[in-house]
Amino acid sequence: MRLILLFLIGLVFGVGISIGGMANPAKVVNFFDFAGTWDPSLIFVMAGAVVVTFIGYRFVLKRPAPIMDVKFYLPTRRDLDLPLIAGSAAFGVGWGIAGFCPGGALPALGTGRSEVFIFVGALLAGIFTAKFLQSALAKRASAQA
Amino acid sequence: MIETAFTPYASLGGGILIGLASVALMAVAGRIMGATGILAGLFQPSSFSDWSWRAVVVAGMIAGPLVVMLFTGEMPAVQVPVSTTMLIIGGFIVGVGVTFGGGCTSGHGVCGMARISPRSIVATITFMIATIITVYVVRHIFGV
Repeated sequence: MRLILLFLIGLVFGVGISIGGMANPAKVVNFFDFAGTWDPSLIFVMAGAVVVTFIGYRFVLKRPAPIMDVKFYLPTRRDLDLPLIAGSAAFGVGWGIAGFCPGGALPALGTGRSEVFIFVGALLAGIFTAKFLQSALAKRASAQA
Repeated sequence: MIETAFTPYASLGGGILIGLASVALMAVAGRIMGATGILAGLFQPSSFSDWSWRAVVVAGMIAGPLVVMLFTGEMPAVQVPVSTTMLIIGGFIVGVGVTFGGGCTSGHGVCGMARISPRSIVATITFMIATIITVYVVRHIFGV
């Protein structure tokens, strides 16, 4: 029951990404191309998603716990550090080069297009490389401490 | 370059669905609807139940375009204006970036902004600026 519900939640997200245009790299790159073929559509995706989530979270997070789990798994950090900023900047560079972001690419896999599989393969390689680097850096830091 | 049509209503509708899914995932499972976190956790789950919720959410996402096709008769457009080399380079950089940055458009840009998390607001502004600069450099300086 819980898994069926979660599948449907993923489905709604995937449909939203698809009709919103986030799964289409041409639309994404055009959104950022003010000097060329600018297409402002994606501001409507962002605005719709943030406003609905902002309002919805107010109600949901008032509850002591989620409906089908023991607690809310919320990030608690509020500090700004170098990995956050450098990582986000790198994400932006990659997004501008490829036109896909992770949330756009996962639903796009459903179209069966080979380019999406190539992007997701490279994305996973990047994630694993970064995880390896993170654990190597953490080991070095603890060795020095 | 491929021109795309301005689609304010479809995009607003898509955004509202993304928002509803994000709220529903928090209400049901207490989780942030962040593609990066959900995907990365799929490969190093802490338990079977931790793996299974991620797997079904991702499966649902992948089924999204098929449902769109069921209703409209066509697959959502995926127009790739860049070469395979750029997809691979871009994909790898995105993977490294979202791991160190702790999130992407869905996690930081939607859920984090909705929670007014300072880290997410800074992350979102940072990657938007970096993307604008990158697209300008790639398209108008290198002319790719």
